[in-house]
Amino acid sequence: MERLITIALVGNPNCGKTSLFNALTGMNQKVSNFPGTTVEKKMGVSRIGANVKLQIIDLPGTYSLYPKSADELVTYEILRNKSETNFPDLVIFIADASNLKRNLLLFTQVCDLGVPAILALNMLDVAERRGIKYNIEELSSTLGVPVIPINARKRTGIIQLKQLLLSEQPRMNADFISLENVEPQLLAEISRLTDKRNHYAALQYAINAADLLSEKSKRIIDIFERYKFNVRKFQEEEIFSRYHLIDNAVKKSRIITTHNLKASLTKKIDAVLTHRFFGLSIFLGLMFLIFQAVFSWSAYPMDLVEKGFAWLSNYVKNTLPAGVLNDLLTQGILAGLSGVLVFLPQIIVLFLFIAILEDIGYMARVGFIMDRIMRPFGMNGKSIVPLISGMACAVPSIMASRSIENKKERLITILVIPLMSCSARLPVYTLLISMFIPDSATWGPFNVHGLVLMLMYIIGFAAALVSAWIFKQFIKSVQKNYFLMELPGYKMPVAANILSTLYEKAGAFVFGAGKIIIAVSVILWVMASTGPREKMNAVSSAYQQQLIFIKDSGNKEVLLKQLTFKKNAQMLEASYAGQFGKFIEPAIRPLGFDWKIGIALLTSLAAREVFVGTMSTIYSVSGTEDNLDSIRSAMLQETNSQTGKPSYSIATVFSLLIFYAFALQCMSTVAIVKKETGAAKWALIQFVYMTVLAYGSSLLVYQLLS
Amino acid sequence: MNLSELHLGEHACITHVKDGDLMLKLFEMGVLPGENVILENIAPFGDPIAVMVGEYKLCLRVRDAANIEIELI
Repeated sequence: MERLITIALVGNPNCGKTSLFNALTGMNQKVSNFPGTTVEKKMGVSRIGANVKLQIIDLPGTYSLYPKSADELVTYEILRNKSETNFPDLVIFIADASNLKRNLLLFTQVCDLGVPAILALNMLDVAERRGIKYNIEELSSTLGVPVIPINARKRTGIIQLKQLLLSEQPRMNADFISLENVEPQLLAEISRLTDKRNHYAALQYAINAADLLSEKSKRIIDIFERYKFNVRKFQEEEIFSRYHLIDNAVKKSRIITTHNLKASLTKKIDAVLTHRFFGLSIFLGLMFLIFQAVFSWSAYPMDLVEKGFAWLSNYVKNTLPAGVLNDLLTQGILAGLSGVLVFLPQIIVLFLFIAILEDIGYMARVGFIMDRIMRPFGMNGKSIVPLISGMACAVPSIMASRSIENKKERLITILVIPLMSCSARLPVYTLLISMFIPDSATWGPFNVHGLVLMLMYIIGFAAALVSAWIFKQFIKSVQKNYFLMELPGYKMPVAANILSTLYEKAGAFVFGAGKIIIAVSVILWVMASTGPREKMNAVSSAYQQQLIFIKDSGNKEVLLKQLTFKKNAQMLEASYAGQFGKFIEPAIRPLGFDWKIGIALLTSLAAREVFVGTMSTIYSVSGTEDNLDSIRSAMLQETNSQTGKPSYSIATVFSLLIFYAFALQCMSTVAIVKKETGAAKWALIQFVYMTVLAYGSSLLVYQLLS
Repeated sequence: MNLSELHLGEHACITHVKDGDLMLKLFEMGVLPGENVILENIAPFGDPIAVMVGEYKLCLRVRDAANIEIELI
């Protein structure tokens, strides 16, 4: 018979849980060197031996079982409730050996809950460099649980760990603190009320539940008052007696190998990277380099993708018989896909940098140096990491904000994250920027595209700060705010961790965006090629009449081409898509947008990157060009049928840029905000706020520039 | 004196943590009477600060550091 063992990975933030999870399951989990990377439980399955299946749960790191933030609450909820379906049979507690004392505090709490545990001792190499070694057997016998030395990043000790899981040795669960100073009657009453047999688990749960405003919490508080139980005093004594036990255990098993230590590398690096004067400049310089790299490193692969799609499209066009399917594939799907996939290299470069900065441990430093700056805006240093990863994608960043303890600061951070320019805006920005600045333009050693792009990101960040300040005035909170964060030691980046992050993110972009783009492209193509019969017929018959005039003229070829172009443009205008664009045109004309942009605004409502695909589809339906890399030139040649001036003036392009920078055109963001804030209200407020901001700012920009 | 008055690179020993909102959280994080601290980094604008507490580096705001009483060693 197959045995299923549910195992939870528990430990302090940044102790290597996710690395161990990856090593055990081989799954591609995002690992980084920033406390709080895992903010939601993740499950994976691993098989050991012939008939044992391990269900492994990776839990967010926490410092204690009295949770202070939303991510810590996830861990607490799994461990506290024995009837929970994911309640573990066994906890693998991962401890950072270079900081064992503090790590063991949570370990003793978990053991006292009555969950069998084994201790995986990670980062022994770091401890050794600081002159500290541990006698594993001694530690194991003092703590009363099996101890396995591992190196999660280098994946050593994993086999021994699995062997221990296989072995039939009875799972021990150790007891640490005694509750002899607590009134037994109180414990009995609390245990009855909370339905827990283990007294520590009952009391601990009662203390956490007392803060909530529920029927149960009233009864708990009532019991506490009757027995004059001082919760703070109890918690204080609990921590001290735990540390007292831990001190003894650590002292017994610790071997100090060297006393005169050189200053650690982390210390030296931090002296520079968090320097009072250089720290900020280094951070800004680094950001600047990233934007330069996003453009210059990705130029060649982008060219390849572009050429590849042009070839594929021509191949399909010439191979398949002409007709509806051919048009649908080339003008609809391929045009839409190539418009967006061409930007994949840029997105990969951006994700690569963010992944490396997280993996080596720099992101925590950014939180440290930015805390003071974020404070007046109702956020704290922990907000900066979600904001920066918001440049990649808002959805995981909004989840990452769970590590912010203060509810108001977390809410503000969630509300402004989508103003950070995410990677989906990158294609839109690139297309629009390249419309008025040649690719090759340089300013000194810098690529001008990169500079303008960085300006767009700065505008996004500035808008996020200003909006945060506005939200701060309206959101009330009595909760105290503080900034307590561990700065982990720097680590060499591990290629496997970074590659798995890249693979996951790029994959999500290709498949996530790809699905929407294909669906939208198909619908759009149908809408753009069909229309109300009488209008479409009117265009066709007008075309037939003009064709008669051309028949006898000399330069038939050229005239025919011009006429076809004109016909296609008129057909698009007569189509359903065109009709819709015309319908909303009055509302967007003050922003400098015509009806074609109107169509793109509609299609990109669910996902903003669809803008580029829509433009490709619209211009390949209306255009005569076979070549797909010409959306830009087609857009530039476009003239306004009423004024005769180019449709895309500088004013229009800037207005569009600002609109896309501020508008919340992303359904996934709306959904995750609703989930994370627990209320549709905030998602709605955010959507309305950003739409008004986008419309107002675009209006201002267009009216000022035109 | 308190932790907010420590200079860069100075070593001290924690003597007392004032009862406040953050006290229990600080205890949990290993900021305990008897632990040694070293002021390692000061962020731009002088706030927050990063201190070695026991075996790891913790950053906290100056305002909260003022609740941690220390003795120079």
